[in-house]
Amino acid sequence: MNKMTASIEKIYNKYQKFIVENVISKKELRINSENLIDFMYFMRNDSDLKYDILCDHTVVDWVNNNSFDLVYNLYSTEYKNYIIISTTIPRNKPIINTVSGIWRIAEWQEREAYDFFGVLYTDHKDLRRLFLEDDWIGFPLRKDYKDNFMLEM
Amino acid sequence: MAIHLRTLNEVLHSSNKKKTWGTKEYFINMGPQHPSTHGVLRFVLRLEGEVVKEIIPVLGYIHRGIEKIGESVSYRNFVHLTDRCDYLSSIINNWGVSKVVENAMQIETNERIETIRTIFAEIQRLQSHTLWWGVFAMDLGAFTPFLYGFRDREFLTSIVEDTCGSRLTMNYIQPGGVMYDIKPDFSTKIKNYIRYLRPRIDEYEQLVSNNIIIQKRTENVGILSKDDACSYGTTGPVLRASGVPLDLRKDHPYGMYGKVDFSVAVGSVGDCWDRYWVRIEEMRQSLNIIEQLIDNIPPGKHMVMKHTAKIKLPIGYHYDQVETARGILGVFVASDGKDSPYRIHLRSPNFNNLWSITKMAAGLKISDLVAIFSTLDIVMPDVDR
Repeated sequence: MNKMTASIEKIYNKYQKFIVENVISKKELRINSENLIDFMYFMRNDSDLKYDILCDHTVVDWVNNNSFDLVYNLYSTEYKNYIIISTTIPRNKPIINTVSGIWRIAEWQEREAYDFFGVLYTDHKDLRRLFLEDDWIGFPLRKDYKDNFMLEM
Repeated sequence: MAIHLRTLNEVLHSSNKKKTWGTKEYFINMGPQHPSTHGVLRFVLRLEGEVVKEIIPVLGYIHRGIEKIGESVSYRNFVHLTDRCDYLSSIINNWGVSKVVENAMQIETNERIETIRTIFAEIQRLQSHTLWWGVFAMDLGAFTPFLYGFRDREFLTSIVEDTCGSRLTMNYIQPGGVMYDIKPDFSTKIKNYIRYLRPRIDEYEQLVSNNIIIQKRTENVGILSKDDACSYGTTGPVLRASGVPLDLRKDHPYGMYGKVDFSVAVGSVGDCWDRYWVRIEEMRQSLNIIEQLIDNIPPGKHMVMKHTAKIKLPIGYHYDQVETARGILGVFVASDGKDSPYRIHLRSPNFNNLWSITKMAAGLKISDLVAIFSTLDIVMPDVDR
């Protein structure tokens, strides 16, 4: 646990200006979306952090704030701890850099996010629908998604 | 800044234009209805002769939108959807959701609940691995192990049926406890079964592990290095076979795992054989865990929460993970304080394990692809959700 707090302090010292919010107790960090790639490289390559597995990447649609939250769950196999990194992008311009150059699995996790939320990843090698058909209209996990076949309660 | 959206058709046509002399490259569909893709997975294979050049998995044939449904049901109802995902570790999936709810609401359970949960999780792991063992051998052309695997799984299925009433989609663990208390003859039945299965696992080894055909088809086939295994996000037996000792039961103990003695099987090469061996060893360890717990299930209630009590999570993000038979199941909940989740996301172990096949099987023969896919042990409903 001490190691964990120490490493978070290290992140905080180095990337202070990018970190918007820091919730150590819940192991959650909120960062600025422009520096995502730099920050993620640091998280994976720094010898005190070594977050070598991208456990999960998902999107939360906060439709009232007009924003998407991108959530990354990282796990370090060496130090046995995980951390949640989240960042916010505007809903009307949902563009963010891909992290698939850092962790290969991100390529498919990001395809899922594109499929369901329409988040666009720059420099992604193979951005296409993952579960739905290629001619599907709209992004079904968005909160304002409407469809002729939906049953409204 | 380059965003290029593509379709499957474009992908197929763009790589078709590459002209090669000699054997022509061609595409072939493996699945969605194919006996060795274990469900409705479709591979589009780019082949040259029978050498696989490229694998394009096409998903979505059993996509049911479980995450979208989850936004309109309560947490207690959502538990029942999770066992429709990975139906071979359904009770462990129940536990995943229960764990996130309990940790967020700070519900303290008692020792009896945790012991029963741990025993059932291990039963589930055992029955998943026995089934996998049979199916694996059948994929490689041996039919007898398939029958053996199902025969031995049947006992466990009927024990679970006695307790919770269903045979496949077992709903047992709930936030705040387990649904029903165990039957009085539960521990005798389990003890008999352990006595029965131990020699059976040795028999499995004689039948399949010592078989020269199985050995030749798995050794040094589909090697996944340590770095690749991490980068491709694999967890569970696949990651452990590549030499990374990541097991949540050991590293972040939950339930009664902190109080029992067991070891984590870790491979060295990361080929199909290691993945096979890790699962066989895990079966033995599961038996050890159950054996240590079955004699001292402490008395107490099986549910610490009222069935009608409202479950509301504090506002914010909650994440928790459990070790299923296939790897880490993470449950991510974004809560806005209402009684149904604002967004719920399952980090499915199968989805993340699946993609390592694009790395492993490229350049090998189709028959090797079948062996590799079988040792990944994918359950399709969990990939598509």
